[in-house]
Amino acid sequence: MTFHRVISSNLIEQREAQKRILDAVESFHWPANDMFGIKLALEEVLINAIKHGNKFDKSKKVKIDATVTYDRIEITVEDEGEGFCKDHVPDPTAEENLTKCSGRGILLMEAYMDEISYSKGGRRCRIIKARKDHSTDGTAHS
Amino acid sequence: MPEHIPPVAVSQEKSVKIVEFTNSKILDEANIADIDITLRALINEDAAPKLLLDFSSVDHLSSAALGALINCNNLIKQKNGQLRLTNIKPQIYEVFQITKLNKLFRIYPSRAEGLTSFT
Repeated sequence: MTFHRVISSNLIEQREAQKRILDAVESFHWPANDMFGIKLALEEVLINAIKHGNKFDKSKKVKIDATVTYDRIEITVEDEGEGFCKDHVPDPTAEENLTKCSGRGILLMEAYMDEISYSKGGRRCRIIKARKDHSTDGTAHS
Repeated sequence: MPEHIPPVAVSQEKSVKIVEFTNSKILDEANIADIDITLRALINEDAAPKLLLDFSSVDHLSSAALGALINCNNLIKQKNGQLRLTNIKPQIYEVFQITKLNKLFRIYPSRAEGLTSFT
C-alpha cells in the first residue's frame, strides 16, 4: 500500500492520515508490539511537523508519504518550517532534563523504529520499521 | 456538537484524589490539553494535593502526554504535594523506562500499594 497526502497544519487532517496508514499496517497483521511502537512513532513524527515544524501555521503544509507492506513500513513526513539540527536537541534522559515537559518525541521514535533519518535541514524525517523474523523468536505468523 | 466526555474520572479516598483516565489513548493533542486543564484544576483545589493517577484503561500515550504528566508533577511538587502513578500496563511502562521517567515518578503496581505510599 502506498499513501501520499499533503495536509495543512491541522490536527484533524493528520488524524485522518494516521488512521489510513495504521489501517494499512493492521491489514498486514503486524504484531501488536510493533503496532504500538508504529502508532507512537507516527503520532510523534506528524505532531513534530505540525507543532514544532510548522508551528500550527495553517498556511504551511505537511507532506506525508508512506509505503506499507507485510515486511516493511516506511513513512516520510516533510514540513515547511525552519528545520532543526538533531544534535542540538538536549538529551531528555539526562538528570537535569527529566522535569522538562518536552523533547521526548525523537527519543521514542528512535526506540520504536529501526531507522530514522533527516534531510532538507531537518524539515523532512523518514522513519522505517522492518518486520523481524518471527521464526527466531517462536512467534507464529501466517 | 459531540458530547464532551470528561478526560478523567475522579474519586476520593481519605485525602487522596484518585484519577482514572477515561480514554484508552492519551495521544491526541486536544485530549491531552483537556487532561492538562483538568489535572491543574484538581491540583489547585488543595493546599498540598495528593493525586493517584490510575492508568488501568490506558493503552497508548505520546510524548505530549508525558509532558502533561511532568507538568502535573512539577505543579504538585511546588505545593509540597504528592503524586503517585499506578496500574501501568507493561507496554506503557516501557515508554517510562525508555524516557527514564520511571526515575522521576513514583510508580506502584496496584492502587492499594499506591494509596498506602502516601504520607
